[in-house]
Amino acid sequence: MSKILLLGDEAIAQGALDAGLSGVYAYPGTPSTEITEYIQASKQAKEGHIHSIWCGNEKTAMESAIGMSYAGKRALVCMKHVGLNVAADPFMNASITGAHGGLVVLVADDPSMHSSQDEQDSRCYAKFAMIPAFEPSNQQEAYDLTRYAFDFSEKYHTPVLLRVTTRLAHSRSGVERKEARPQNELSICPNPKQYILLPANARGFYRDLLAKQPHFEEESEKSPFNKYIDGTDKSMGIIATGIAYNYLMENFVGKTCPYPVLKISQYPAPAKLVAKMVDECESVLVAEEGYPVIEDQLRGLLNRTGNIHGRMDGTLPRDGELNPNLLAKSLGMEDTCGAPVPSIVAPRPPALCNGCPHIDTYLAINEAMAEYGPGKVFADIGCYTLGALPPYKAIYTTVDMGASITMAKGAADAGVSPVLAVIGDSTFTHSGMTSLLDAIYENASITVMILDNSTTGMTGGQDSHALGRIGNICKGLGVDEKHIRIITPLKNKHAENVQVIKEELAYQGVSVIVPTRECIQTLSRRMKAQQNKK
Amino acid sequence: MKVDIILAGVGGQGILSIASVIGMAAVKKGLYLKQAEVHGMSQRGGDVQSHLRLADYEIASDLIPMGKADLVIAVEPMESLRYMPWLAKDGWIITNDQPFINIPNYPELDALKAEFDKLPHKVVLNADKIAADLGSARSANMVILGAAAPFLKMDYAEIEAAVKAQFERKGEQVVNTNLACLKAGYDVANR
Repeated sequence: MSKILLLGDEAIAQGALDAGLSGVYAYPGTPSTEITEYIQASKQAKEGHIHSIWCGNEKTAMESAIGMSYAGKRALVCMKHVGLNVAADPFMNASITGAHGGLVVLVADDPSMHSSQDEQDSRCYAKFAMIPAFEPSNQQEAYDLTRYAFDFSEKYHTPVLLRVTTRLAHSRSGVERKEARPQNELSICPNPKQYILLPANARGFYRDLLAKQPHFEEESEKSPFNKYIDGTDKSMGIIATGIAYNYLMENFVGKTCPYPVLKISQYPAPAKLVAKMVDECESVLVAEEGYPVIEDQLRGLLNRTGNIHGRMDGTLPRDGELNPNLLAKSLGMEDTCGAPVPSIVAPRPPALCNGCPHIDTYLAINEAMAEYGPGKVFADIGCYTLGALPPYKAIYTTVDMGASITMAKGAADAGVSPVLAVIGDSTFTHSGMTSLLDAIYENASITVMILDNSTTGMTGGQDSHALGRIGNICKGLGVDEKHIRIITPLKNKHAENVQVIKEELAYQGVSVIVPTRECIQTLSRRMKAQQNKK
Repeated sequence: MKVDIILAGVGGQGILSIASVIGMAAVKKGLYLKQAEVHGMSQRGGDVQSHLRLADYEIASDLIPMGKADLVIAVEPMESLRYMPWLAKDGWIITNDQPFINIPNYPELDALKAEFDKLPHKVVLNADKIAADLGSARSANMVILGAAAPFLKMDYAEIEAAVKAQFERKGEQVVNTNLACLKAGYDVANR
């Protein structure tokens, strides 16, 4: 077959489809979103009736995927790194139940935090759950490893973790497809106890998981994705994982790397291959995109030998993503950096779009809150997080999905008054509903603004579970109907919107204000599509 | 043979469609290609860039090493300068001279011009005006692509064919306008 140009994310999606996938489960999150979108748009997926509708959050996605695996079919669950925190409970326990149909957990990490609040490394989660992890170095490996991961999952009846980072997720290259294979037949897990994690069962399953560990290690030693490339200069050996391998090899285009190189794309790390390198070479440089996971293991607590170099001793930076120049420097090669950026070049941070409804909402919030002083607006994750930047400077917190409401409640408990929470519609149904229930349960004095732009905006306009449901959800959770106020965030409604916010801030109890106006991006896309139809 | 290109602009200005056309032409020619894009938060009116790498051998890194880019192709002048550390000593900057001002501290236009005057290898053109004169203000990015065409180590006809393929489903008129914009940019660069 000829090569097709695919993003790393798309290569994973196509790899899963060709591996006989029956369902993808996901909540949008940069840099993982394009995997599910590719499957949603795929003719092959449509013909195979492959599930690809967005889920409410990463936990519900993980649980649905576990359910599909229980029924004997292959399931892919996709999320960004911090999404795995939300899904950690089912993820950890799925390592105990094991898998029936192939179960691949795809996590896209974001080192350098291009669109995230931390740069946690999901390989730590795989180690925590004691399951294998795969880390492709390029688009072709992303495609190939996805099928390999499904096969591995079914061979050892275990969920597996597939990890990519932003650069690979969002970089395009030629990928050669393999022949597509059919989906699994429906077959409920034959052991009726396998998914009942009563302590008496779970103890046994945990011992099963422990017994699988030597097999996982053996598989890593002989994996075609881990390779030892010998070199003549044994003064140094280089371990490069995932995409770091490409950055290393960029420095040897048209040349041969003189040092032995161990490329790792399958975990647990292949201990025998690592030992070979440590024994053969005077020192070892470890290049990892993310945390110094292998480096930390090699150094150990005491770092007695002092000959392991990488992120922990400053040979490479401790944080942020790698690049070819950083690898060159760590190898003592010439830095090729060009001319400096002229001093007149000003930073251009992301900003809310012209015509964005959040702009009018923040202008109203700033006026209504002016008399109460700073520090009393708690916000959440989404485009509206940009309200932290000038000219708005309207919000004071952004921690995790749904935290606006519960942090506002905690601050109110501590005596802060008034408090205002700002959360998007999709984030609200992702993780805000239980937060609101906590506030209602105690009749806390907080005002919650649910910014309803009818979409999941930041990730490019995916359907939101909240669409058309916010009022009823709030009523159902127990918010007094008189204190659920719908407003339209527009310039000509500014004065009345400020008034509504002031009234609800004065109310002693839980009130909800829903500024409702469609995202300007999805609106203009819809208008364009309509025009094209005519 | 290799061509390493940094594409630069502001989120929403259409640098990815330039990348898409060059990519199509490169694939048709049988070249290896890697293209790192920016998705997510920074797309919202912030600075965006794409690393586009073409070669007749397998490419290792998705990112262009600093100091190795043969071209910086920009649809916004200040954004073209942001990637100076990537530009090779003998590399070229091809940029629109029309600023996109959405920040309060945008530099004075004279100061921008002074920076361009210092550069030995550049094509600086008013792509907005050229595109508008040809009846399609939205096609300024194709003017820029045309201005970059002589540096892509491909035949002009190969780029032309890719532009046709890119806009084919939008009808003959759209194809012709974009081809005219491409040609106008190409002529500026050749002058």
